[in-house]
Amino acid sequence: MDAAVFLISAVIILVGAGGVLVARNPVHAALFLVQTLFGVSVLFVLQDATFLAAVQIIVYAGAVVILFLFVIMLLGVDRSENLDVEPIVGQRPVAAIVGASLLGMLLTALLVSVDGPTGAHAANTPLGDAADNTRLLGESLFTDYVFAVELTAILLTIAVIGAVVLARRVRGPLAPLPVVVVASAADEAPQGDDGQPDVAGMTDGDDAGEGA
Amino acid sequence: MVVTTSWYLTLGAILFSMGAVGLLTRRNPLIMIMCVELMLNAVNLTFVSLGSALGDLGGQLSVFFVLVVAASEVVVGLAVVVAIMRRRQGATVDDLSVLRG
Repeated sequence: MDAAVFLISAVIILVGAGGVLVARNPVHAALFLVQTLFGVSVLFVLQDATFLAAVQIIVYAGAVVILFLFVIMLLGVDRSENLDVEPIVGQRPVAAIVGASLLGMLLTALLVSVDGPTGAHAANTPLGDAADNTRLLGESLFTDYVFAVELTAILLTIAVIGAVVLARRVRGPLAPLPVVVVASAADEAPQGDDGQPDVAGMTDGDDAGEGA
Repeated sequence: MVVTTSWYLTLGAILFSMGAVGLLTRRNPLIMIMCVELMLNAVNLTFVSLGSALGDLGGQLSVFFVLVVAASEVVVGLAVVVAIMRRRQGATVDDLSVLRG
């Protein structure tokens, strides 16, 4: 029974993760992310971490992904992007190699080099059964870890203030992002300013063209 | 068949690697943040699995704090994306090299 639940959840998780990787549309990627988060939540239930399973659904699927979708809609970037072009030559093979080696190293570290997890069993914070999970977590959080909980409160406050400061409406025209001109391209094309179309910072290019 | 801790650890490793590959290949900043979420979830899964393997509540406590950090990371990251996209529509991360040197 456990094995069946695990295998179905694993398939759900991996399909969702693959969907995030290859989805052309950011909205689809966000929905695949919900699928993965839901599968992870099922695995939390399977391991008697019931409180975390609920929090996973509420915070991740309920708040974080909604925030993603909100930003996607706000910016109007819910268009499909072309994934056929590779912005940097050889990027994807290199990324695949890096990912495969990372996976190999992780599996080696986790499974081969040690015979399962090692370490002392808990003396202070025993893991209760599923019914006790929330009570034990709460007791531990608000006694042993109360200072860390206070710190997370400060962290969340800072994050909220930072988000407001970053995303607030600025009065007056926005300063354009500076355009970085690659030196070699500028050398070989003295008035070939059409290499930088319709981006901010055009005035510099126009001046240079007239001077030449 | 008994589900052992190794199964969870393997799944977590695969999920982490997939998130890393996505972070390396995708150009859309929103999807890159989603890939970071995938990696964080892999770590959460590993924390919970090792916690239950050792009979320790500490794994779940760590996940609790990871959740908080992930939430604040998403909030700040998306605010940065909004601030950038407002200045230049359709920017990818390749356009955002202005902070270097």
